[in-house]
Amino acid sequence: MHLIVFFIFAGFCLAGAINLLLQSHPINSALSLIVVMVSLAVLYLLLGAEFLAIAQVIVYAGAIMVLFTFVVMLLNAGREARTLGSKAALRVGLPAVVAILALMATVILKAQGLGAARLSDGLTDVKGQTNLDQLGTVLFTKLLLPFEVTSVLILIAILGAVALASHENQGTGNREQGTAERTGEE
Amino acid sequence: MSAFFQQEVPLSWYLLLSAVLFSLGVVGFLIKRNLITVFMSIELMLNGVNLSFVTFAQQWHAVKGQIFVFFVMMVAAAEAAVGLAIIIAVFRARATLDVDRIDRMKL
Repeated sequence: MHLIVFFIFAGFCLAGAINLLLQSHPINSALSLIVVMVSLAVLYLLLGAEFLAIAQVIVYAGAIMVLFTFVVMLLNAGREARTLGSKAALRVGLPAVVAILALMATVILKAQGLGAARLSDGLTDVKGQTNLDQLGTVLFTKLLLPFEVTSVLILIAILGAVALASHENQGTGNREQGTAERTGEE
Repeated sequence: MSAFFQQEVPLSWYLLLSAVLFSLGVVGFLIKRNLITVFMSIELMLNGVNLSFVTFAQQWHAVKGQIFVFFVMMVAAAEAAVGLAIIIAVFRARATLDVDRIDRMKL
């Protein structure tokens, strides 16, 4: 059961990732990325991380990818020229990627003491706590300060996004004027 | 039937999958020419790393790895909002999304 589900969704994951690279239209790439993220949510579920599986669907496949598709449609991004990247990327980058992947694969395959995942694992721990209980306990006691700092970070990100994307200095003609006005205000 | 549910998947397969996802993200970052797709490749790399965090959390039966993934997701959401706003600003200034044609810091 676990093996079959793992193979199906690992296959979806890889197919989506490869399709992301092959598609020339950004909206198709965005849809493949959604496939990757939803399959990853299923894999998190298999690994006993229920909360993260739900968060993956809501935050990644929901919020972030909606933002991506929204921007693709807003900017009316067309097809890109099919290239293999610059010469530097081809001659140095791709061999480096292959080398890094080979290194990681050797390290992983040689690693001793890696266990195996079973479907019955992870739902409850020794004390009968679920995954969500454990996460909540640690997050709201030991890590309360980082959690609150994250909320401040998101607030700053919202303000930054609004400031960056606002129509303040629209158009090409009056750009200098707009910059001058802003510096004047500050 | 119970043997069917007791099947095991070695955790090294999950780690291999995460390594391959990360590498595909790097390849996309190198070969894609559209600014938005390059940004999507970065998200793919983040997801690959998240998968290995969750795998190690399962390996050590520790919840810390999952909490780390939670924080990575929050930071990724903030990063996506700011990054896409920057892409909109760049598109307004240059009227192109081709990374080869966005090669000057000054307007």
